[in-house]
Amino acid sequence: MATITLQNVEKKFGDVFAVQPLNLKINNGEFIVLLGPSGCGKTTTLRMISGLEAVTSGNIMFDSKDVTWLHPSERDIAFVFQFFALYSHMTAWENIAFPLQAQGMMRHDIKQRVDDVAQMLQIEHLLDARPSSLSGGDQQRVALARALVRRPAAFLMDEPLGALDAEFRETMRAEIKRLHISQGATTVYVTHDQIEAMAMSDRIVIMSNAVVQQVGTPAEVYHDPANLFVARFIGSPGMNLISATYSSGSIRLPGGNQYAVPDHWQSKLQNGLPANGSVIVGFRPEAARVHPEGRLAAQVYADDLHGGYSMLHLELEHGTVIHARSSRETSYPIGTPIKFDLDPAMVRFFNPETELAISNGRAS
Amino acid sequence: MTAAPLAPVNYSTAVDKVGAGPRIRTAVRAIIAIILTIIILIPVVWMGMTAFKSHPDAVSVPPVVFFQPSLESFVSLLTQRRQLTNDERAEFAARTDLTWADQLMLQRGQVIIGESNFRAQLINSIIIAGISTVFSVGFAVLAAYAFSRFHIPGKDDLLFFILSQRMLPAVVVTIPIFLMYKELGLHDTHFGLILLYTSFNLSFAVWLLKGFIDEIPREYEEAALVDGYTRLQAFRKIVLPQATTGIAATTVFSLIFSWNEYAFALMLTSERARTAPPSIPLVLGVGTIEWATIAAGSLAFLIPVVIVTFVLRKHLLRGVTFGAIRKG
Repeated sequence: MATITLQNVEKKFGDVFAVQPLNLKINNGEFIVLLGPSGCGKTTTLRMISGLEAVTSGNIMFDSKDVTWLHPSERDIAFVFQFFALYSHMTAWENIAFPLQAQGMMRHDIKQRVDDVAQMLQIEHLLDARPSSLSGGDQQRVALARALVRRPAAFLMDEPLGALDAEFRETMRAEIKRLHISQGATTVYVTHDQIEAMAMSDRIVIMSNAVVQQVGTPAEVYHDPANLFVARFIGSPGMNLISATYSSGSIRLPGGNQYAVPDHWQSKLQNGLPANGSVIVGFRPEAARVHPEGRLAAQVYADDLHGGYSMLHLELEHGTVIHARSSRETSYPIGTPIKFDLDPAMVRFFNPETELAISNGRAS
Repeated sequence: MTAAPLAPVNYSTAVDKVGAGPRIRTAVRAIIAIILTIIILIPVVWMGMTAFKSHPDAVSVPPVVFFQPSLESFVSLLTQRRQLTNDERAEFAARTDLTWADQLMLQRGQVIIGESNFRAQLINSIIIAGISTVFSVGFAVLAAYAFSRFHIPGKDDLLFFILSQRMLPAVVVTIPIFLMYKELGLHDTHFGLILLYTSFNLSFAVWLLKGFIDEIPREYEEAALVDGYTRLQAFRKIVLPQATTGIAATTVFSLIFSWNEYAFALMLTSERARTAPPSIPLVLGVGTIEWATIAAGSLAFLIPVVIVTFVLRKHLLRGVTFGAIRKG
């Protein structure tokens, strides 16, 4: 087990940054998810930690040991690939034993370790099979077994569930999470699926365009996004973001609505916004509550039933549609005028020029 | 609730397995394939038949299709003989210590006076083609791996340069190479031909193998690297087994080229290193062309390549399917 520290780690391909200088401390036993759209640099970061990709500059430390220029085989890490990378000319057993053979371990001990890990993942009956005859989920179990059998200092996983069917993905997500808890191993997990990231991680590192946008717990990045990118990217759908204008304690929203800003925000908005008072108001769908005496007015644009709840699309004025969660019992025909309120504790404000969130004063 | 996993489907559900129309199409395809195979095989079969014909049958017009098989041509291929006078012939006929081969030749009025060079030439062919194939495939696998995986300055130019070696008809440079080989003492040596065939085969082998190695996902090696193996170990334990198909195909192509090469073998060898191809047409009989003997030589010459191809056929047919990596 190890603490992984990245100090000003950067990667350039030619003149293009794949990863802008990045500082990150991954604590011992932590489950960290690198999240972002494809091409954001998350996989490159993971590969630099593994040593499969050389850094352009910066240092990578495992505990107090500088591993920046060590060969992957000297770093004591296990890597799980998206497409499993099981060797098709070996049986599942041989695949799992392969990393132990590299260490020159005794045959008897190898057998013991492979059996243990196979039992843990419940794949004992698959050990004689070739990878090509296994289902996607079983292939990934074998790939996990190959990673676990080493008892490495850290697990690095590159979209390990990306190649699985939706049904298997749920099962494997829970399995990986359980394994992490039982092993307590430092894990760095790359995904572009924000639901996966929210469900599995201790902390999420959100990246976009080679830059880290925010590092935080799932709750932090969900409720207090650091900037507009995170606000849009996290959540399904993302945060409602409305361009509006602030002046003296009140925000003028589209459609002639006025939102009274809570007192403790007022000075922050005064200082943090451009001189003309333009602001972007952000709130999650569940912060908008339909209420007959609500102070904000809109029209129903669409109403989707999502099973346990329904998602209302509300049009404030032509072209400005927000999402609001409502109970599934009431249905709203399209075009119905509606009143709603915003939960003041869940409303956030962004500076439209810098795209950064206005700090709410709480440490995040 | 997730549904219970379905039982695996072990039979093909491809749509072309259903209905009469597709079935007819399959049959037509099979028939065309069979006809083509027959057309391709006719010369080989005819050669095989001729090899087992007696001398008169082999040259008879119209050609004989049904004939008494005879090993006459194989005996004349492997021996040197002398024409007997009529007196000697009577004397030999009376002897009782003759082998079946002697008697066979006696019918043609000839006596066996020694072994021919054919066996030595066939062995030369095996040595030269075998070693040059091992060299060209061995070097090509390393070169192809490097071209496929490493950042090499001027990679594309180098690859083009390698390919450009095939752009000149090789026969054009026979005379310069002949003169150089004379000067260097490589003329009529095994090493000379091995060197030449290896360099001829390399360009083709590098390109062919690079294609196959490009197909092997990098993740395989990367998995081995993080699992604690060096790059060379990963190459040996992962890349080589995964590239079996490509290596088998390249081996067969290289072997066939070296084995069949005629022009340079004729120019650059005379006695010691002479291979089979330039020798077979020279089995000229006394007064006539011994077609049956030439056919026998060609048949014997085919066998080693057929054996190698047969042994490797499983790898050749398996195609480039790498089971464990799912695409998309």
